[in-house]
Amino acid sequence: MADPEARSKALFMEAAKVLTHPRCVNCHPHDDQPRQRDRAEAHNPPVVRGPDNHGVPALACGSCHQDRNLDHARVPGAPDWHLAPIEMAWLGRTPAAICAQIKDPKRNGGKTLAQIADHTAHDKLVGWGWNPGADRQPAPGSQERFGALVAAWIETGAACPAEEKPQ
Amino acid sequence: MIALRVNGTEHTVDADPDMPLLWVVRDLIGLTGTKYGCGEALCGACVVHLDGEAVRACVTPISKAAGRSVTTIEGLSKDGNHPLQKAWVELGVPQCGYCQSGQIMSAAALLAKKPKPTNAEIDTSLAGNICRCGTYTRIRAAVRVAAGLPKEE
Repeated sequence: MADPEARSKALFMEAAKVLTHPRCVNCHPHDDQPRQRDRAEAHNPPVVRGPDNHGVPALACGSCHQDRNLDHARVPGAPDWHLAPIEMAWLGRTPAAICAQIKDPKRNGGKTLAQIADHTAHDKLVGWGWNPGADRQPAPGSQERFGALVAAWIETGAACPAEEKPQ
Repeated sequence: MIALRVNGTEHTVDADPDMPLLWVVRDLIGLTGTKYGCGEALCGACVVHLDGEAVRACVTPISKAAGRSVTTIEGLSKDGNHPLQKAWVELGVPQCGYCQSGQIMSAAALLAKKPKPTNAEIDTSLAGNICRCGTYTRIRAAVRVAAGLPKEE
């Protein structure tokens, strides 16, 4: 693809297959309740976000979720299990909207694009998406390939795809 | 061998590092107040405190408790005089009782951080503790009484 901007948009759309996957958006909700399974079902037990995205007293994420998946109980786990801050909500949003958020330091945890690339390629909680345990469908590809896609998107100018037209 | 402190007493147990804390507490140490409900962290019957934080013992590998302090319902107070235990008796909270140690341990973890919780805070913190007898309204009232609040908001 000769046009760098078109290439950048195409790279983001490929990365968006991961960003919009249930293993990722379930913990990027726009409200106070995490989701689970493949159809954004409400989390059971009915836990809530809490002030620091780690749950509330007596019902913190780490009350149940360990730093790794549990085979016997099917409870998923990874280091520092928690919800993404609400300003980083992706659930129900389009790739164009998510792209704009990811580039906005006010909505990406104050990260530079280089830090975004590092986060996607190396963060262990992000990496859980490809190692979800039990019978959960993993995110497409691998964390390494996802990190490479995001890095290539940034190298080509971090262009965002056009917003989808209403039906 | 894994060393941990349970209710102030040092224990060394011969257990697989992945053995759930629940079975260490119940079967190896003999403290049976902590109950097995679902084994999947869904019901709250097995809640204990690990260094003061509420955890579900059925999904907590004993390796995570190594060198740390565990409190079970038996260790919440020396003679049943924790404000929650007194309120539980005063209001006659339990029906069958099976879930109640988990309810009380979750409530204790809440009050440690929120000494005067609102109803909403009580509800969200105890949302993961299921009571099949449906004693929820008495549980909430007892938490409020233990916190020195009126029974109803």
